[in-house]
Amino acid sequence: MENRPLEYDYTVAKMFMFTTIALGIVGMLIGVILAFELAFPGVNTILGQGLAEFTNYSRLRPLHTDAVIFGFTLSGIWATWYYVGQRVLKVSMAESGFLMFIGKLHFVLYMVVVVAVVASLFLGITTSKEYAEFEWPIDIAVVVVWVLFGVSIFGLIGIRREKSLYISIWYYIATFLGIAMLYLFNNMEIPTMLATNAAGESGIGNWWHSVSMYAGTNDALVEWWYGHNAVAFGFTVPIVAMIYYFLPKESGQAIYSYKLSLLSFWGLMFVYLWAGGHHLLYSTVPDWMQTMGSIFSVILILPSWGSAINMLLTMKGEWQQVAASPLIKFMVLGSTFYMFSTLEGPIQAIKSVNAIAHFTDWIVGHVHDGTLGWVGFMIMAALYHMAPRVFKREIYSKSLMVSQFWIQTLGVVLYFTSMWIAGITQGMMWRAHDEFGNLAYSFIDTVTVLHPYYAIRGVGGLLYLVGFLMFAYNIYKTMSARPVEESELQNASPMGA
Amino acid sequence: MNIAELQAYGYFALVLLLVVVLYSYIYHLYSTDKKKGGHDYEKFSNMALNDDIGDAPVTPMSDDKEK
Repeated sequence: MENRPLEYDYTVAKMFMFTTIALGIVGMLIGVILAFELAFPGVNTILGQGLAEFTNYSRLRPLHTDAVIFGFTLSGIWATWYYVGQRVLKVSMAESGFLMFIGKLHFVLYMVVVVAVVASLFLGITTSKEYAEFEWPIDIAVVVVWVLFGVSIFGLIGIRREKSLYISIWYYIATFLGIAMLYLFNNMEIPTMLATNAAGESGIGNWWHSVSMYAGTNDALVEWWYGHNAVAFGFTVPIVAMIYYFLPKESGQAIYSYKLSLLSFWGLMFVYLWAGGHHLLYSTVPDWMQTMGSIFSVILILPSWGSAINMLLTMKGEWQQVAASPLIKFMVLGSTFYMFSTLEGPIQAIKSVNAIAHFTDWIVGHVHDGTLGWVGFMIMAALYHMAPRVFKREIYSKSLMVSQFWIQTLGVVLYFTSMWIAGITQGMMWRAHDEFGNLAYSFIDTVTVLHPYYAIRGVGGLLYLVGFLMFAYNIYKTMSARPVEESELQNASPMGA
Repeated sequence: MNIAELQAYGYFALVLLLVVVLYSYIYHLYSTDKKKGGHDYEKFSNMALNDDIGDAPVTPMSDDKEK
């Protein structure tokens, strides 16, 4: 026992891989149901009138967003952290009983929070703040989970053998600090049981109910400072952390320019935090703040493209790998979608464009080419790369991966193209008026016109879900595939037929 | 001078400062790279490429600690 060589310990990484897949299926399935509810309203009562409360759009919508953001994506971030963190710091979790305990506790408490969130949202218990629907007891539990993540990061850094911190570690640290700050400030709330109203009554409402500490425009500002930076520190920063590790590792190529990775890091950190105001263009927020949101959104192209171009150039001279390996395909298309959505976002944030785009389906399309094309592809690629190393078995099927790649790519393309057309049509119809200023269309006119695009979006989402199920099956079968030797695990991941 | 003028000067100064900071950082990255004893930033990529637990760290914590 004493002479057993030291190995990386992936126990906690495996746990989070499991939740990434499970919560991914849940979140995406609910997403597909919602898409079809919008196209075919009858789906709202698919389980009958008696259960309509639990199947209608408004009840399911926060479950979809929270399951894919805080379920699928966060689990993916943690699965990769507990894998990448050890490797680039060259220290095993097996070396520290304390960190192993923290890691497991992190997972267990996270599971408790997941159950509480699913149950409360299904029951309709919500703060009604978008992406921040959890009531105060859950918020407190979330903070504890997040602190454990921090203890794990800084604990592992504390016992590292590698003095320098690899660029991915910088990004994981930024994820931790960014979300910590955003979550705390946006979720400042007062339980109504502690409040007293004008009539002198106290202990109002259920014990779990709370109201935001901010009101009106201030509440909206804090909410979108949080909301947009949840995109920054949940969908961008940690996913960049992943690609900076997994693409060089899988391709065997050093990062094209490590210096560019540092420069884009500081650029992203500085610029992103100011861009949230673009969600409140043409609202009651001061005009200078709206302009600032627009300007910073446009500047954001630079650091975003800095990272994305750095990734694509890492493949310089090695493009045959894109054709040969489905795993590289996922990552290269992921960084391409990253470039694409970080150009689309700034365009939408320009005031004159936003006058058409605001509140339309184009925004929904933008979110999904980023999340499906970039976040989803990168997390799946990361798990595909990890699977042979974690289970010490080759990936079950390469051809299944290739089919999954094309099915999902088609799904994403159908999704965003239909939402582009739907969104711009919607925006134009809402604005159209006659010479006297009377609106040319009523709301229901737009609904009629948009119906086919909503149906196409549903199909696109369904294709993506099918691909995700293929991914889940492939990972599941990997656990019983051919065992691999250590030498097969250097760079390109071993794959079965 | 009214508040709007002050804001405009402040804005210009801020933009200038940020440009100087950005280009200084780029200059710093590229100049220390060449000097002897400075950082060779590009070698840090090897932290991902050679990440087996037995691989030699790019910059070890300290020689005595490493045994």
